[in-house]
Amino acid sequence: MRKILAALLIGAAAAAGAGAAMAQDGPLRIEIDQGVIEPLPYAVPDFVPETPAASEYAAQIARVIAADLSGTGLFREVPASAHISKVASFDSAVKYADWKAVNAQALITGAVSVNGNQLTVRFRGHDVFAEKELGTGLQFNGTTDGWRRMAHKVADAVYSRITGESGYFDSRVVYVSESGPKNDRRKRLAVMDYDGANVQYLTNSASIVLAPRFSPTGDRVLYTSYESGFPQIHVLDVGQVQRKVLSSGDGTMSFAPRFAPDGRTIVYSQTQGGNTDLFSMDISTGAKSRLTSAPSIETAPSFSPDGSQIVFESDRSGSQQLYVMPAGGGEARRISFGEGRYGTPVWSPRGDMIAFTKQNKGRFHIGVMRTDGGEERLLTASFLDEGPTWAPNGRVIMFTRESQGSAGRALLYSVDITGRNLKPVKTPDGASDPAWSPLQN
Amino acid sequence: MSGLKLAIAAVAVLGLAACSNNRWDDMANGSGAGAGAGLGAGSLDPASPAYFQQTVGDRVLFLVDQSTLTPEAQGILQGQARWLSQNADYVVTIEGHADEQGTREYNLALGARRANAAREYLISQGVAGHRLKVVSYGKERPLEICSNEACYSKNRRAVTVLAGGLTG
Repeated sequence: MRKILAALLIGAAAAAGAGAAMAQDGPLRIEIDQGVIEPLPYAVPDFVPETPAASEYAAQIARVIAADLSGTGLFREVPASAHISKVASFDSAVKYADWKAVNAQALITGAVSVNGNQLTVRFRGHDVFAEKELGTGLQFNGTTDGWRRMAHKVADAVYSRITGESGYFDSRVVYVSESGPKNDRRKRLAVMDYDGANVQYLTNSASIVLAPRFSPTGDRVLYTSYESGFPQIHVLDVGQVQRKVLSSGDGTMSFAPRFAPDGRTIVYSQTQGGNTDLFSMDISTGAKSRLTSAPSIETAPSFSPDGSQIVFESDRSGSQQLYVMPAGGGEARRISFGEGRYGTPVWSPRGDMIAFTKQNKGRFHIGVMRTDGGEERLLTASFLDEGPTWAPNGRVIMFTRESQGSAGRALLYSVDITGRNLKPVKTPDGASDPAWSPLQN
Repeated sequence: MSGLKLAIAAVAVLGLAACSNNRWDDMANGSGAGAGAGLGAGSLDPASPAYFQQTVGDRVLFLVDQSTLTPEAQGILQGQARWLSQNADYVVTIEGHADEQGTREYNLALGARRANAAREYLISQGVAGHRLKVVSYGKERPLEICSNEACYSKNRRAVTVLAGGLTG
């Protein structure tokens, strides 16, 4: 992954690059936990092009920032048609009165310069009613083909300063791209920016691929492929698009692979004699160990972010339910006790919650619960919702929603953990099994 | 006794043949022989894969979230075992499948249970284990595409797919 370098415009402030700490006492603050009733109005006029070649990026960068912020449902853009002031120079004083008049509580100003294929983006956030800057201005340096990422970086910084949470816009999603009718579906692995831009295909559709997952640093993807005729675990280097088969053994099915936070160990399901259990493997040495040994189905594992525990699903009680066990195996305790069946548990990157799929009375739900099973909350309901994945800040969940009937189609949706802001994620074709990357750097 | 089971098996096969028309044609070795599955049985070579698929019955069905073989399924598998013992050149892959009501990875494991149940039964009927591979497709390869029980019941299946041996 190409790095984007960030620098503080005014160097004095502490090395808090993303500046989450800056928002602590500011009057501009959104408490995500409270559930926002009224989105915060903001303005992001076109950035100022400081070199001739910068003009094509200056407006587009402002549009991507606006799409990020408004897309959260926490912010509402004051459109350009309502602006009184025009920002002609990045360093001239902001006319706060003009932005107060249109009720923009936050203002984002910026400048773009291009030198060869090098792109520099500077920005400042402003608290309009307090008439002061919102944290310290930042400068991002990268290449022109990474302009969307720089816009996401700006939006992440603004989001972070106003909500006190880390951002999630400069992130990617790996998923399964689907085409063709339901009884002849073609699947291939794809990766895209979190907002659906820059789709890149990682495999062809010659064999079924399922349930990819990013490594903790986002450089590799684990997934299940039927390339050999049997489901087996593959790992793919995203930058090089090089693949390697991790599991082997003719007639043995391996699937549902997930990385441990160390990026070296994986946990996965293996089926022998019709029985599916969980195993772990050191992917550098290939050394395997068995984690469960039961006649029931054990699958869909997910590590806690500290690597000490694994949540998984099992039908040992007679129906699919969620269990937590030590990462090395051992006694598992059941955490799901509501009505219906629970599957596909995924531990939040913050460590505080587990997202899951629940099936009850013929409907599917995406939900979240505490890691001890308490405070279960269902966020969605439809004919078929499944497979949640967490945004890197643990505040948003993306999942697969499949529509009913012979023309049924899978698409990606996202929803806040408050259950608000349910919306489709744009993909060129059908899409399933999303997995969110960590924040890029 | 075995005559009664055979009769049950035949009914089950005919029932299947009537409802499912797309997949069997694909599998009839490109000859287009399968147009009237029930009718042509008498004219099929009893050693042909088409006979195995259409007359013996190449698939068994399961109840929701179950991998237990019904009496009908056992009858069909007894027929498969007899055919396989008479046609010893063939090895088979048993494909387990689930309907769409379930999460993806659970359904993979469920399909594996179903395929294995069929495999174990064939072994109990004298077929050598080394001739019988299993694979699960979970809910990835539905045969019928409506979203109700009429289709789901046909998608919850274990299909015995012939490989090797004669290809005619």
